[in-house]
Amino acid sequence: MTLGTDIATGLETDALLDDPEIRIVVCCGSGGVGKTTTAAALGVRAAERGRRVVVLTIDPARRLAQSMGIDRLDNIPRRVEGIDGEGELHAMMLDMKRTFDETVEAHTDAERARAILENPFYQSLSAGFAGTQEYMAMEKLGQLRSRDEWDLIVVDTPPSRSALDFLDAPKRLGSFLDGKFIRLLIAPAKIGGRAGMKFLNVGMSMMTGTLGKLLGGQFLRDVQTFVAAMDTMFGGFRTRADATYKLLQAPGTAFLVVATPERDALREAAYFVERLAAEEMPLAGLVLNRVHGSDASRLSAERALTAAENLEGLGIVDQTAGKAGLGDMDPVAAASPGAPESPLSPERSNEPSPHEPPQQELPQPDDRTSRTTKPHGRGRKSSDPSGPSVRSAADGHDAPAADAVSVEVSVEQLTAGLLRLHAERMQVVAREQHTRDRFTTLHPEVPVTEVAALPGDVHDLSGLRAIGELLATGSAPAPTGAE
Amino acid sequence: MSRFQVVSGKGGTGKTTVAAALALALATEGRRTLLVEVEGRQGIAQLFESEALPYEERRIAVAPGGGEVHALAIDAERALLDYLQMFYKLGSAGRALKKLGAIDFATTIAPGVRDVLLTGKACEAVRRKDKQGRFVYDYVIMDAPPTGRITRFLNVNDEVAGLARIGPIHNQAQAVMRVLKSAETAVHLVTLLEEMPVQETADGIADLRAAELPVGRVVVNMVRPHLLDEDALRTASGGRRKEIAKTLTRAGVTGSAGLVRPLVEQAAEHAQRVGLEREQRAALAGLGLPMAELPLLGEGVTLPALYELAEEFRKQGVGDESADATGEAPRDGKRRGSGRGVGS
Repeated sequence: MTLGTDIATGLETDALLDDPEIRIVVCCGSGGVGKTTTAAALGVRAAERGRRVVVLTIDPARRLAQSMGIDRLDNIPRRVEGIDGEGELHAMMLDMKRTFDETVEAHTDAERARAILENPFYQSLSAGFAGTQEYMAMEKLGQLRSRDEWDLIVVDTPPSRSALDFLDAPKRLGSFLDGKFIRLLIAPAKIGGRAGMKFLNVGMSMMTGTLGKLLGGQFLRDVQTFVAAMDTMFGGFRTRADATYKLLQAPGTAFLVVATPERDALREAAYFVERLAAEEMPLAGLVLNRVHGSDASRLSAERALTAAENLEGLGIVDQTAGKAGLGDMDPVAAASPGAPESPLSPERSNEPSPHEPPQQELPQPDDRTSRTTKPHGRGRKSSDPSGPSVRSAADGHDAPAADAVSVEVSVEQLTAGLLRLHAERMQVVAREQHTRDRFTTLHPEVPVTEVAALPGDVHDLSGLRAIGELLATGSAPAPTGAE
Repeated sequence: MSRFQVVSGKGGTGKTTVAAALALALATEGRRTLLVEVEGRQGIAQLFESEALPYEERRIAVAPGGGEVHALAIDAERALLDYLQMFYKLGSAGRALKKLGAIDFATTIAPGVRDVLLTGKACEAVRRKDKQGRFVYDYVIMDAPPTGRITRFLNVNDEVAGLARIGPIHNQAQAVMRVLKSAETAVHLVTLLEEMPVQETADGIADLRAAELPVGRVVVNMVRPHLLDEDALRTASGGRRKEIAKTLTRAGVTGSAGLVRPLVEQAAEHAQRVGLEREQRAALAGLGLPMAELPLLGEGVTLPALYELAEEFRKQGVGDESADATGEAPRDGKRRGSGRGVGS
């Protein structure tokens, strides 16, 4: 498959997951857009398509771990039960402190490792530094990759303040641990009183003096002890950070940017797309999460609201004057070609779609239908709305609404409510489409897949499977017009 | 009402918007508020449709009744350099430190130091007084880091005390902690009526309480209107489709037959969501904190919409306690619902 072509296409999720050359898929995006769920759903789908997959999540909600049948995810990959087919799914959650500890232990002797692990500065650094999580996610990714146990590693990125932290933090930590400042700090310990280094030591003491005043001497001593103990590992840190960075640029890696169709999330997504391009990291596409659609999209928000107002007026009028009083509400009804049976139509001639006869039962193309109906079946035991009564309602409608006067007011209220609900939905759809259009105008080259908004959270494997299905099928070109 | 209002929330819940609306709400009736951001995202500038904020307090909006909202993007590095300048008259030595990576070290690597600098700057604004001895800002509102990091961010004492046991950073951490743990501060958490944000809110409140940080309100954001009650929705998914189709036609909708199914489906989704939202609302109510609710904005967050949200806050009694706006004494128990349930 080709990544990053200049032609706007749908994202071929399955092709990506099936590609044996692809060994790492990184899901990134700003907080709250559903990265973790997307990563898990991709993992399930890839495994059920026969691959041996491990999902590395950073901060999963408890429910997500449970949805994979695991009570508690930890730093060791655990096999997920219930995967269909030959493939395997393993899942793990990054424990950044433990990963840091393990890295230390793996690269130095036991005594030195203990000295490092017990150092107060190390303890804060490993648990607290804003970039540690990002760095350790990369460290863990490097470890998983080098074990070569899995066909595919799906990585979820940390919930950073900004999606870009994820790319910067490892470098920042790497350059700190290997940088000039650290060299200066450890200089006294390393070179003692060597004469030629006196100048450096003067600058050094001025600086540590200032920092010592600022932070307290103990703090600096802790740092120095830490740095001295870590000294043997520094080269390693730099090398590893570089190696992981290269791994991310390699053709076997694919980035998926996850966003919701909201301004802020898509703005972050756009930044990320640009940044990945600048870093020569392979972008596979954009996952547009929680997209709203409507199978009744040919009825615009405005028309739905007008109709609702008509009905609400009718409800009042009905009790006194009856339907007759409404005859003059809409003088242009005749202009509406699709509505011969509709004496009250407020429609204008430019509104109805000539492609969709009024009685057509499923006015939407298949992909739209699947987008909105599939999540219904999932995880929802009660009240499937698309029952067999649909057809009878449709058929029954062929009769003109001559007896409308006898319909109870509550039906009018109910219908008005349905129309207002629809108007609200259509406004959301329009807003999302607008936001999305802005993104695609800026980045027409980015393939997109859409995942329909689900009414509830994912609770089990079949929920993840359903999202995987949406990820694979939601790549149809963006609908146009009223949508 | 506490003078330092910290707004946190799970990513994606709109905490920047809520913080901005709160700053506007609290600035009404001629008061002056300072809205600060600490994550370098320039979210405030985007909301107020202004150019990027410098490291400098400037007026960004006028509130109804002549109040003013000022804004500041706190930058840890600048804060540290200012700080060094103030205490050590560093001058060019500051630049040398920067060149060596020492400033970088202190503001990004040294755990907690960055947070002390950020919260320290905000606390300084909270306590700043003019020549007449009156507070310069009636309220300081912080667009804070997300729920998952807020306790660690605010609990700088724990972070730093173990490392910097003496010295100005240590002292500053102590001073900041005194403000943060007092009644002068209230930490609000923004959530949506969805499972994961609500769970995270509950966890965040437990963390804040364990750290003895004062919890303020739960702000439920992006609340969608309930357009149909549940009885009606049950009916809709029942056997009334024929009637609905007829009624649609009467209302002037063409081709209503094809519309009934999707409309009823949407209603069923709505009903499901209403049900889930009720569960989440109950979970939030169980937290025993005062709540505020802000509606979902149909047009997205625009500048006029911010004013609407601020008005919504006012209607719900947020920022309506002008009497104590400039007071100094601890105001325990004055807040309705006694949201300051710390120490529990």
